[in-house]
Formats: sequence, C-alpha cells, structure tokens
Amino acid sequence: MSGVEITAANGRLPLWRAAWVVARRDFVAILFSRAFIFFLLGPLFPLVVGSLAAGVGGQVQNQILSADVGLAMPTPDVDAMLAAREELAGKLGPAIPPFVVVRRLQPGEDFAAAPLLEGREGQLAAIITGTLDQPTLTAPEANLARWSGTVAYIAATARQEQTLAYPPVGTVAVATSGADQNRGRYGTARTGQVVLFMLIMLLAGMVLSNLVEEKGNKIIEILAAAVPMDAVFMGKLFAMLAISVVGITVWGTAGATLLAIGGRSLEDLASPGVGWPLFLALAAAYFGMGYLLLGAIFLAVGSMAATVREVQTLSMPVTMSQILVFLFASAALTRPGEWVDHAAMVFPLSSPFAMLGHAAMDEAVWPHVLALAWQGACVALFVKLGAGLFRKRVLKSGPQGASRKSRSLVTLVRGLFSKGSAGSA
Amino acid sequence: MDFPTTTPELAIEARGLVKRFDETLAVDGVDLAVPRGSITGILGPNGAGKTTTLRMLLGIIDPDEGYRRVLGHDNPRDVARLIGYLPEERGLYPSMKAYDAIGYMGALRGLPLKEARNRGRALLEEQGLGHAADRQIRQLSKGMAQIVQLLGTLVHEPQLVVLDEPFSGLDAINQGKLEVLIRGLADRGVTVIFSTHVIAHAERLCEGIAIIAGGKVPFAGRVDEARDRIPAQVRLETSADAGPWTAALPASTRKVGQFRFFPLPESGIEPLLKALIEGNAGIRSLSIERAGLHDAFVAIAGEAAAARLVTDAGQDEEQAA
Repeated sequence: MSGVEITAANGRLPLWRAAWVVARRDFVAILFSRAFIFFLLGPLFPLVVGSLAAGVGGQVQNQILSADVGLAMPTPDVDAMLAAREELAGKLGPAIPPFVVVRRLQPGEDFAAAPLLEGREGQLAAIITGTLDQPTLTAPEANLARWSGTVAYIAATARQEQTLAYPPVGTVAVATSGADQNRGRYGTARTGQVVLFMLIMLLAGMVLSNLVEEKGNKIIEILAAAVPMDAVFMGKLFAMLAISVVGITVWGTAGATLLAIGGRSLEDLASPGVGWPLFLALAAAYFGMGYLLLGAIFLAVGSMAATVREVQTLSMPVTMSQILVFLFASAALTRPGEWVDHAAMVFPLSSPFAMLGHAAMDEAVWPHVLALAWQGACVALFVKLGAGLFRKRVLKSGPQGASRKSRSLVTLVRGLFSKGSAGSA
Repeated sequence: MDFPTTTPELAIEARGLVKRFDETLAVDGVDLAVPRGSITGILGPNGAGKTTTLRMLLGIIDPDEGYRRVLGHDNPRDVARLIGYLPEERGLYPSMKAYDAIGYMGALRGLPLKEARNRGRALLEEQGLGHAADRQIRQLSKGMAQIVQLLGTLVHEPQLVVLDEPFSGLDAINQGKLEVLIRGLADRGVTVIFSTHVIAHAERLCEGIAIIAGGKVPFAGRVDEARDRIPAQVRLETSADAGPWTAALPASTRKVGQFRFFPLPESGIEPLLKALIEGNAGIRSLSIERAGLHDAFVAIAGEAAAARLVTDAGQDEEQAA
C-alpha cells in the first residue's frame, strides 16, 4: 500500500486513551471552577429536600410500616382479642394496631415474648401474652406507654362483660423490637435514596452544562476531528464521576468529623441490613451506576440541543421522569416483596435506588450481586446508545440543522447505527 | 487536472463523494486530487458544501457514496495524527491558558501533554506571542485567539493541514501573517488545503483550486488551468466611436465608457488590428489581459455563485473590521 505506513502511532488515539485526555482536562477544569464550590455545597440541598420530604415520607412510613402487635395467648382468648380488635377498629381506626397471631397456647403453656422481640423478627412491635383477665404487654419502653391503655381496652371489650372493666395490664420492657429495627432501617434506606438521587441529579446536570458550554465554545468539532466521539462522551462522563469521588471524599471527611466531634459513630445509627461497611460500598457502586445511566441520557439529550434554552427544554422531561422514577423506588421500599418492589429493582433507572433501599432493609447480599451485574449491562447499553446519539447529533451542519426540528426521537434512535454516522471506527 | 488512480504523490484523492442530510443533498459527487506538498484552495460561496467535503475528507463524517483516500489510506482516521485541522467555527476553552490550549490539542493528537505544552510555548514564541503564553484565552484578542488555535492545529507537526475558512474574521495584518505561515508550511513539504470564499487568497497562495458550487465541483485543477478556461480579454480604446471597423469586433463586445471589452478572438489579434487600422478607428490603447480567477470562477460556477461569493467576502470583511 502506498502512502504513510499504518501504525498505531499514526491513527487516532485508542478509545480509552482519548477518553483519558478528555476526562483529564474536564476534571481539572471543573475542579478549579466556581461550579465546583456549588457542587461541594450540593449535599445541603438533599438535607433541605430530605427534611421537607420527611413529612410526606413519614406519613407513608406510618401507614406502610405500621408495627404489628403479636398475640400469644390461649386460643379462646386469641379469638376474643381478634374479634374485639375488629369491633374497635371500626370506631378508633388506625389508633388500633394490627394484631398478628404469634401462637395459640395450649393450657398451661408458657411463652417467652422478650427473646422473640429482641430477635428482631418481622414487624412485631409488641406481644400480648397472659389472659384476658391478666394481659401482659411486652414491648420497648416507648410502645409500652403507647399501647398499655389500648390493650386494656381491647381486653375489656374481649371479655364481653356488661360493665366494661379494664383489666390491669402487666408490662415487660425490652431493648428493641423487629418493628423498631425496621423503622430505623427504613430511615437509613430513605435517607440513602434521597442523597443518591440528589447527587446523581446534581452531577448529571453538571455534565450537561459542561457539554453545552463546549458546544457554545465550538470546540466540539476539534474534538471530533481528533478523537472518536465515543471517547469524548466517555471522557466527559467519567470526568464527572471522578469529580464526584473528590466531592464524596470531602463530604465523607466532613461528616465523619462532625460525628466524631459530636461523640458519635455510625454504630449509633440504625445498622443497615448488610452492615455499614458493605452498605457504604454498595451505595458507592449504586451511585456510580445511577450516575452513569442518567449521565448517558443527559449527554445524549445535550448532544441534540444547540442552545442552553434547547437543553433546558429537552432535559426537563428527563428530569421530571427521573423524579417519578425516584418516587417509584421510594414507594417500592414500602411494599417489599410486591410487584412494585420487583419492578423497581429490575427497571434500570430505578434499580440503583431500589437496591440501595434493600441494602438498608435486608441482610441478603446475593441480590446486590445480581443487581450490579444487571445495572452494569444496562450502563454498557445506555452508554453505547448515548454515545451513538451523541456522535450522530453533536456535529451540526447548516442544512442538517435546518431540518432537524422535524425529526422525531424515534427517527434519531433508528438512525443511531446506520451507515454514514460521524466517524468513530 | 486528471484524477489518477492511487498514487503516492497525492495527499488527498476523492471520487464521487456524496453526502445527504435528511432531505438535503449537501455534497453531490465531489472529485478532488491534492498533490503532496501543495497548497490547494477549495473555493465556493457559503453553503456550497466546502465544510461538509472537508469533514468527509477528515473522517469526521462518512460519505454516503464515493470514496476518499487521505495520505494513502481509505480511512482518514488511520492517519489522524498526521493531520491538523482548523474548523470554520473556532473553538477554545476561555479559561485555558494559551500554551495549555495548544498543549491540549497536541495531546488529543497523541503527544504527551508535557511535550505538547512545551511545544505550545515554543510556537507562541516563534509567532511573537510569547508574552501571551500564560494568558487565558478570554484575555486574548480574537485575532490572537485564532492564531493560538492555528498553532494548536500545527503543534503535532502534521503532514496534512486542513483549514476551513482560515482567513475568516482576521484583520488584514493577521491575514498576511497567515499567508506567510501557510507558505512556510508548504515550503517544509506539508500539504495544505483550505477553504475560502475570498478569491484573492486562493489566487495568491494556491497552486491548485477546486471550485464548489451547489455541492458539485465543476472545476478542480491548477489555477492557470482555471484561468485558461476563458479566453484572455481585450481592452480597446479608440478615438472614433463608430465606423466600418466595428464589424470586426466580436458580437460579445461590451462598451464601458470609452473602453470596449471583448474576448481575444480565436484567430488572434493581428486580423483585428489590421481591420482597426484600415477602418481608421484611431487606436488610443489596446491591451490583452489574461482572465483573473474571479472571471474564471464566474465562467465556471456561474454568475449567481460568483455574486454570492462576493457577498460572503464582503460580510467577512465587515466582520473583520
């Protein structure tokens, strides 16, 4: 063959090396920009939004995570208590906790309620033992005060005497219960989801601004001529991920310092199902996956826009959709095992949030291995599709730009892998 | 100019390049041959298809039809590090320092960043812009920023330099500097291809030109060949306004003031001179002028394309001013 000999030294930089060159510049540029200061202040926003959301979330939590009261009494007493509860529930509504039959005792049989509660099984917040005449309520201190009167009222109703006589309720305090633990874990899960969501939205927004600035600076064509467009896409995506690592390090250090100053540690907080070390590792992994998924969408959207106004118009539906996805994952958290929960775990965009919730709530580790593999595959697909769209649309020529408005998104996506796309081979 | 099959002497060969954007046919069968070490101009009004053609030659976009061969390779991306490209829409990061901007463009073309930055400083010194090396791009004048970007195009010492409207937006002094720089590149054996809608630049710099109009290339070849497409023009001034001698003038003769203009007859000037003298025309002056590139462009691309070219050039001058 004539001409210059083909060697790796003459061709374009390999994808990952080119991505590294782009990412390095973006990283340094962002790190020393004013926008980075706002980024570091970013966690303040989740705290504010989280506080506001706590009202709504707390209501949902109370409804969904309503603690059960167990019954471990002789069979006739169990039936009478259940019937009385049904009768009173119509009058008192949610003030009457749901009853769950823990065991129907044989005559003379004893039941140790405290170990069952302290074993943190299920949703049990308290257990009623004894008889209708001498009920005993075993529960954490807070629940004893809350439910002693209620139990006396139900037992009195269950006795079906003409004159309502409240029996004395014996109490046994325990350190904790399954319901307490679930409530703590739910709080951890919800906080984790809110922080994850806000961070991802913040980062995806920043990567989009960065791209718009680049289009505004007309530098995109220089990049396109020199390196594969996929590398530009990857470089931008991973530069922002690296920025987030810096941010998380700063926030983590600040948070740990504040905890230390306050004489507290993570051990004082409700321990997540998988334990703190693994929970934090999974949070980082899900953050990475969630950011890459949304960042790929935002970059692809950004590639289609020519002006900041167009970016705002185009990214608005994506942002709103992501909020819905977040709410979907939050709702799934309160319906474990139901189809909503499974759907949230499988749907790529909600999966990181849903799985972080599970990491807080459940002990099982293997679902996270599966989820990360699934999300990894989705990231690869999203990045590929996003890079394809980016490559296809980011370079606009006069005639192309003029007719662009009439093209539908479907047409754009269909054309992603068609012949004639901007060179990337 | 012929379009030979693959030859090592050609830096760029293109045959039948076609590019459509949706319903718009942007480039319609472009043929091009650019010898190595030459300066070639792509001449045409805005929207003629110059940028799209250059983008296809660079591998930024792929043609729908046709083939291109750049530095002997069918895929321009295989020789990307041997190519320097200055796009029409200039782009630099405003917060970057001048030497760093050049270094970054070198790194994109495969140079180690440190070496690219050092080269950036050296190039700025060479161009008398050493004092601006540590200034941010946003602090530079538009002309200086364009020079910085041009140096970024050259930092990796490419064998082929593609410049899309390089003179656009530059004042007369910087246009002159750029012309010197382009000639210097060619002297070192670098192939330079640039697009322009200013005929004067092409006329001064180029050995070869390709005229693009409406996505087609009606002419590609040497500047001399383009001029030879139309016959030389005769300018005649006589003392007599009319007489039998006027019958000897070609039918296409135009009278402007006291001058008459017409193409040099195929039979040559002698028979015409004889008729003028015998007819007592009273010749005051007679000159034969070779056609300029502008006339050649009009003849090849048509009046409409030429008029658009002049309009574009005028707008460009206003912008530079």
